[in-house]
Formats: sequence, structure tokens, C-alpha cells
Amino acid sequence: MDTSLAILLSMLLPAAAVVANLIFRNSPNLRDGLTLGAAIATFLVVLNILATVGNTTTDTFVLLEVMPGLALAFNVEPLGMMFAILASGLWIVTHVYGIGYMRGNNEDDHARFFACFSFAIFSVMGIAFAANMFTLFLFYEILTLSTYPLVAHKGTLAAVKGARTYLSILIGTSIGLQLVAVIWTFSIAGTLDFTRGGILEGLIAGPPVAILLALYAFGIGKAALMPFHRWLPAAMVAPTPVSALLHAVAVVKAGVFTMLKVGIYIFGIDFLAATGASIWLMWLAAFSIIASSVIALTKDNLKARLAYSTISQLSYITLGVALATSMGILGGSLHVVMHAMGKITLFMCAGSIYVATHKTNISQMTGLGRAMPITFIAFLIGSLSIIGLPPLGGSWSKWLLIMGAADAGQLAMIGVLLISSLLNVGYLLPLVGKGFFLTAPNKTGPTKFAESPTLVWAPPAFTAFGCIILFFYAGHIQAFLMPIIAAP
Amino acid sequence: MATQTVHHTAMTLSDHLPILQILIPFIAAPLIVFIGQRKLAWPIAFIASATSFVIACLLLSKVIGGSVISYQIGGWAPPLGIEYRVDAANAFVLFLVTGIATLVLPYARQSVGSEMPHQTQTLFYALFLLCMTGLLGVTITADAFNVFVFLEISSLSTYVLIAQGSYRDKRALTAAFNYLIMGTIGATFFVIGLGFLYMATGTLNMADLADKLTGQYESRTVRAGFAFILVGMGLKVAIFPLHFWLPNAYTYAPSAVTTFLAATATKVAIYVLLRFVFSVFQPAFLAETSTLEIIFYPFALLAMFAASFTAIFQRDLKRMLAYSSIAQIGYMLLGIALLSETGLMATIIHLFNHGITKAALFMGVGAYVLRSGSSFYVQIQGLGKTMPWTSAAVVIGGLSLIGVPGTAGFLSKWLLVQAALEQGYWPISMLIVASSLLAVMYVWRLVETLYLSTPSSEQTIQEAPLSMLLPLWAMALACIYFGFETDITLGAAKAAAQALLAGSSGMMN
Repeated sequence: MDTSLAILLSMLLPAAAVVANLIFRNSPNLRDGLTLGAAIATFLVVLNILATVGNTTTDTFVLLEVMPGLALAFNVEPLGMMFAILASGLWIVTHVYGIGYMRGNNEDDHARFFACFSFAIFSVMGIAFAANMFTLFLFYEILTLSTYPLVAHKGTLAAVKGARTYLSILIGTSIGLQLVAVIWTFSIAGTLDFTRGGILEGLIAGPPVAILLALYAFGIGKAALMPFHRWLPAAMVAPTPVSALLHAVAVVKAGVFTMLKVGIYIFGIDFLAATGASIWLMWLAAFSIIASSVIALTKDNLKARLAYSTISQLSYITLGVALATSMGILGGSLHVVMHAMGKITLFMCAGSIYVATHKTNISQMTGLGRAMPITFIAFLIGSLSIIGLPPLGGSWSKWLLIMGAADAGQLAMIGVLLISSLLNVGYLLPLVGKGFFLTAPNKTGPTKFAESPTLVWAPPAFTAFGCIILFFYAGHIQAFLMPIIAAP
Repeated sequence: MATQTVHHTAMTLSDHLPILQILIPFIAAPLIVFIGQRKLAWPIAFIASATSFVIACLLLSKVIGGSVISYQIGGWAPPLGIEYRVDAANAFVLFLVTGIATLVLPYARQSVGSEMPHQTQTLFYALFLLCMTGLLGVTITADAFNVFVFLEISSLSTYVLIAQGSYRDKRALTAAFNYLIMGTIGATFFVIGLGFLYMATGTLNMADLADKLTGQYESRTVRAGFAFILVGMGLKVAIFPLHFWLPNAYTYAPSAVTTFLAATATKVAIYVLLRFVFSVFQPAFLAETSTLEIIFYPFALLAMFAASFTAIFQRDLKRMLAYSSIAQIGYMLLGIALLSETGLMATIIHLFNHGITKAALFMGVGAYVLRSGSSFYVQIQGLGKTMPWTSAAVVIGGLSLIGVPGTAGFLSKWLLVQAALEQGYWPISMLIVASSLLAVMYVWRLVETLYLSTPSSEQTIQEAPLSMLLPLWAMALACIYFGFETDITLGAAKAAAQALLAGSSGMMN
């Protein structure tokens, strides 16, 4: 298949799923079946692109030119390829889980829910294949708007308020800071094309480099860098499938993906390293890693704890960019995949517990492990991957990040990464420990086997297995990503 | 003037397009009154405005490359005779005015039918065409006094059109009266200013004026003339703080009238301001008198923030949109103040983009008024479920108002920020985006009201009729279409900005 056609198809299929959901809103099985079909087809199309182009960078294909120098254009390069596989693959798993969750939980407005969900995937595909910052920004904003109804889905006062925080921080940072950064870049460089080695070298120097980087780093609110992280816990009012795919994979990863793209293709790693403009960002990311881990320790609500954990883990990737070394970039990029697989498992487990018992707080989950062994084992595997222990995928990305920090001569960052791992143990493992080894006070909890419906527990079990698989295939992904750090 | 017949036998019909642009609606208006049949009024009005739209498209296609059409009324050569002059700048405005009119008329049929008694509807369409004639005349003429004449034609008919809202709410009468007073003061100031310029130069043709004014910039007469013209036109534009007539006028006028006025009247006034500031006076004059620093920058920024802020706290959707219009006018002024090609392009393209955006929004409001009886937020709660098509279009308009990428409003904002950065005014670029965040707040308040509030009344509300939905969606889709397809808008804006910045030399070619 022609690559440009395949890129379009990977966006049109989720868009078609949006339409299908709206048309067949009253026939649930047909609607959900068609969406599943679209998800599988999208994944196949993306795999087809992978088979055709591998880890090369394809020529840019211009859909239309909006203004001279500003085009809606797409291409394939390794980082985007990886993100597209990740998002479309996990969409299938999450959709299956979503059907089980929404039905098992008797939520309302399924059609609107799945329509918005597919719309979000459409914009993620646009982000993954964007060939320039203009196109990426366009889809970045569509992603915010399409996920807003999902956060507000329940329509309760808490949901409305959460959605308001979600929107105001994401739109506020993207229009207030990122847009200025993009236009500034355009007026300096005259182009916004993602170019290996960056487009800014020689055109800007001194403090403005750090200011421009700050406009990007804070403007990409989806990367949840402190102090613009509040939207992520606020978004947890959404039904759990949303938290799982969007707020562990698609939306937040779109944020750090944009960070990586900006670091690699707008500034250029060498330019960042030479100017030292990203040193402050490194320290801020380190602060974000530790601070949000500490906050996570204090949260009793499981989803809130996971949300703060996500903020911390996202800053790993920002840290990887800020280190401005090849290993750092590679570690950050790999962490996109590793964290996605681990965190989606954890969120789906949280949802599974909620569907089965309607419990949201960790303190109420004592002794549940014996009733829901599959969910809890999946949770354990996901946790270990996030902590970064072998034989789980998460260990590799953390390893590379530590190497990156050593390359950059930032030994303090190695310390930060190690402390963070300890904190991860502190906030993730108690749930598993209490679940398996303690019994509920007064024997209130279920004592017999009482798992959630199959469609709800199977997907996290699958992704937990994925975490193990990734440990053995990390080398392949790393080799696949090598071109992004090769000299231009 | 317009009653003079055209007698250039050697010319083909296409050479007469400039005068036909004015004559067709101008003749159709009394025709409607003479025929006096309510059933015929609408078709005549629609045919007249659709024909005008075709003419405007033809004119735009001729001049978008940068050429200029000069038409001498009655064959009298300027500066003695009246000249119509079409270039990219005003052809683009003609395109906007006639296009909006052609879409508002189908919409008006149902909306006017429900908001006005039968016997006045015939006259309504006649007035509508007259108003349109005035706006087109103001835009097309190259004669400064002629601007005043057409301005009065459009203003007088506007006062009456606004007063038609009194069948729904009596406060329309005071709103119209208020506008009558303010508008008359504006027009008087404008004509006094023209008098001063005439005193100094002895001519009224714009190109001739520009020519004779050079070298007289120190003259007090000329400076006083400029001041009167600026304030007079400022009232019509509703430059903050001369905007007090606007919120009430927009709120209480019939929905179709508000839609038409919001999308065209202030835009035409902005165009006149551009013409006088750049073509009659030169950019050099602005620098000499520090007009930009004292008037344009501060009032533009004030409008962007004060009016946006006020918009957030309104209880009536129409009034919210009115304040938002005042804020958007601030953007257009800011583009002028930046005094660069990109800045002017931002002004001109925003003039168009905001026109279609506001038209979409006010059409949506009109549909709410028709179905729920009012445009108060409490009355439109939860209408996102009962009127899904109307509400979806309103949301698209709202996104364009914010300037979300993929909508027309985004391009104007992009150009404006780019213009500010080109000049090195990065604090201004931050202020522009900051004020669009205020737009996020007032638009999102609307979205939450429509989709996340429970309906206030038990009555079942139907979706708006198709005759209103189609124009509404045409506008909403235009907001998206012009967010991607910019050959017309950007091309015209670029040619217009270059023509305007060339000052009088642009008038002379």
C-alpha cells in the first residue's frame, strides 16, 4: 500500500468509527463491533506502514498548504511509527475492556463515549504522523477537545468541575504558551518541518533559547510537567477506560511525544547540549519526578495515586529530553512504550476492582487479592515494570536513562532516578501486599473467587503479559529507534 | 447619484459591474414596497442579494491579483465626478457583505416570521436591502462625501431594523434610539471632518485628497479633520470606549438583523477607517501624530481585555456575543496599529473570519430564540440534547471565536501574533493569546450551559427548522473551510494590505 494512502487510512478509520457510533447509536452490538473492526483495521494499517518503511523516514506528503510555509503534512519516522503502533494496538485492548466496563458498570451514553474515544484516536494518529509542528499542534488541540466530553462524561458536578480544570489547563497552556512558541519558531526559522538536527541552530542564541524551550516545555501541558500537572488528577473523574488509554497512553504520551519531537527535530539534541538551555528543565523534571511520587504516597484513592505516578513517570521522559544526550533521548523514547504498557495495566486493574466491588480507595481493598487473583497479579506485574525491575520492560528504559545521565555528567540525576524507584515501590506495592496477605477487617470483603467480568479482567492480564514480553524485545525497539539519534 | 443612468454604449455589461453592485439592491428595495405583496418581498430580496453576491465574486476575481477597477459615474472624470474604485481590499469586503446577506435572507424567512407581525415584514425586506445598499456603497466608493451619503443610508435603515425587535422586547426601541443618537453624532463628526479636509484641499475624491494632503500634515485644519473623522468612524466601528450603543442594539434587534449587522456593519466601518488612515492620510502622518501610540494600541488592548472580561459575566447569550464583538474589534485595531503587512493582513482576514464566525453564532442564537423564546443562559440550558444540530454548529462557531486550530479564527490569530513577533513586541503577542484565553472562558460557559446543565423547563423543545439550519451550517462549515483553504482570504488580504500600505501611490495606479 502506498504510504501516504496508508497514513490517511490510519486516520480515516478512527474517523469512520466516530460516524458509525453516531449513526448506530441505538444498536449497541453493531456499534461496538464496528468500532472493534475499525480498531483492528487501524492497527493492521499501521503494521502495514511498519512493514513497508521500517525505521526509515519517508518523504513528506502534503495534504494541503494552509499558508505559505504552513502545510498540513505527514510523514513516517521511527518515533512516530512507535507511537502509532502503541496507540493503535492498545486501542484494540482498551476497546474490548471499554465494552466490558461500560456495560458492567451501567454507564450512560455509550455511543457518545465511544464516538469521542475514536475521535481521540483519530487525533493521536495525526499527532504520530505529523511532519511539522503546525500539523502536530492542530491535532494536539483536537485531542484536547475530543477528550473533554469523555472527562465530563458522568455529568455530575464533580465531573463538570474536573473537566473544567482539564480543559482550562490544557487549552490555557497550549494557546497561551505553546502557540506563541510555535509562531516564534516559525518567524525565526521560516519553517516548522521536523528536521533531523533541528531547525534553530545558528538562528537564535543566548537566553532566548531557554525562554523558547520554556514556552514549549510548559506549553505542552499534556506532558504534565509541574506546575501544570493538575489536569491529570482532575481527569480521573472520567470512566476508567478513558483513564487507561487516554490518561496513561494516548493523551499524556502525545504530550511527551511532542516534547521529544521538539527536542529532537526542532531544537536538535546537539544544539540543546551546546547551549545548555535545557539544564533548568532537567532540574525541574527531577523535582517533578520526586515531588509527584511523594504526593502519590499520600493518596488513598487508587486512581489519584496512579495519576500522580503518571506525572512522575512522564517527567522521566522530559528528563530524557533535557539531558540532551543520545542515551537520554533513547531512554525517554523507550520509556514511552514501557510506561504505557505498565500504566495501562494498572489503570485497567483499578477499573476491574471498581467494576467488581465499586471500591475506589486503597484502604478498602485489603484482602481483595484472594478474591480477584488475576487482577492483582496483573497489578503486581505492572507495578514491577513501573518500578523498573527485571525481567520487565520498564527496567530497560530506566537503565538507558541512567546511562544518559552519566553521559551528560549529571550524577545527581542518577540519584533522582534511584530514589524515584524506591518511592515507586512505596506507593505501588502496598496495595498488592495488603490485597494478598491481609484479610479485610470484620471479614466484610468477598472471600471466595469473585473476579470482574471476563472482558474486564482479560485485557489487563494481556497487557501485563506484554510487560514481560517487552523485556525481551527492548533491544529490537532500541535498534528500531537508533535513526532518531544518528547524526543528521 | 445612483439614479443616474449609465450611458457608455461602448462598454460591455461586465464593465458596469461596480455600479450594478449598488443599483440592484437599491432598485429592488423600492420595488418591494411598490409591489407591496408579502409573498413576493422575500423572493425579490433574495434574488437581488444573490445577484449582488455573484457580482461581488466577479469583482473579487478581477482584482485579487492586485489590479484596480476605476468606474466613473456618468462618465465624469474624477476628481470632479464621483468615482467607484474596486481593489482587493474593498472587493473582499463586498464579497463578505453580499455573501452574508445572501445566507441571512433564507434564514430570516422563518426567524422574521416569528419575531415580527405580518404587515411589517414586507417593509423589513425593503429596509434590509437598503441597509445592504448603504454598506456596499460605503465600501465601493472612492469619493469621501459619497461615503457619508451611503453611511447615512445604511445607518437610517439600521435604526429602523433594530427597532423592529420591539415586537419581542420593548427595550429594542430605546436601543434603537440610543444608537440613533450615537450614530448621528458619529456621522456628524465624520462630515465635519470631511468639511475640514475640503477646506484644506478643495477636493473630495480620495486619491486627490491624499495627493493634496501631502505636505499639509502640519496644518491644524487637517489635523482637526483627521481627529473628527477618527472619532466619527470610531463610533460606527464601536472602538472601545465608543461602543456603548452596540450591546443593546445587538441584544434587542431581531435575530436576523443582529446576524447581518454583527457580520457586516462594523466590518465595513473598519474598512472605511483603514481607507482613511492608510489611503487618504499616509502611514507617515500616523507616525507624525503618534496616533498609533495614543489611540490604537491602548484602546485596542483595552477592548481585548475589558470587553472579553465583561462578556464572561453576561446572562444573555446575545449580549455576551456583542461584548465579544467589541473585543474582536480590538484585535482588528491592533493589526492596524502594528503597521506592517502581516499586521494589516491580520486585520483584513480577521474582518472576514470574524464576520462568518459571528454570523454562525448569531444564527444559532436566533434558532434558540425561536424554539425556547429567549437567549438567556437559563433558557438555553441543556439544549445541546434537544437541538443537537444547532448546538453543534454553535460550538464550531465558538471554537472559531477562540481561534482553535483548524478554524478560520485560528489563522487571524496566527497572523496577528506573527505580526507582533515580527516587530519584536513579544509582550503584545502574549497579551493576544491571553485575551483569547478569556474567549475560552466565555465560550466554554456556553458549552457547559448547552451540554452539561439540566433543562430549566419541562417543555419539549424541537430542533430548529431546516430553513434556519442550512444557512447556520453553511456558516459553521465556512468557519472550518476557511481555516484550511486560504487562497481567497489570504490572497485578498495580502493584496489589500499591500495596496493599503502603498498609501496614495496605491490609489494612483
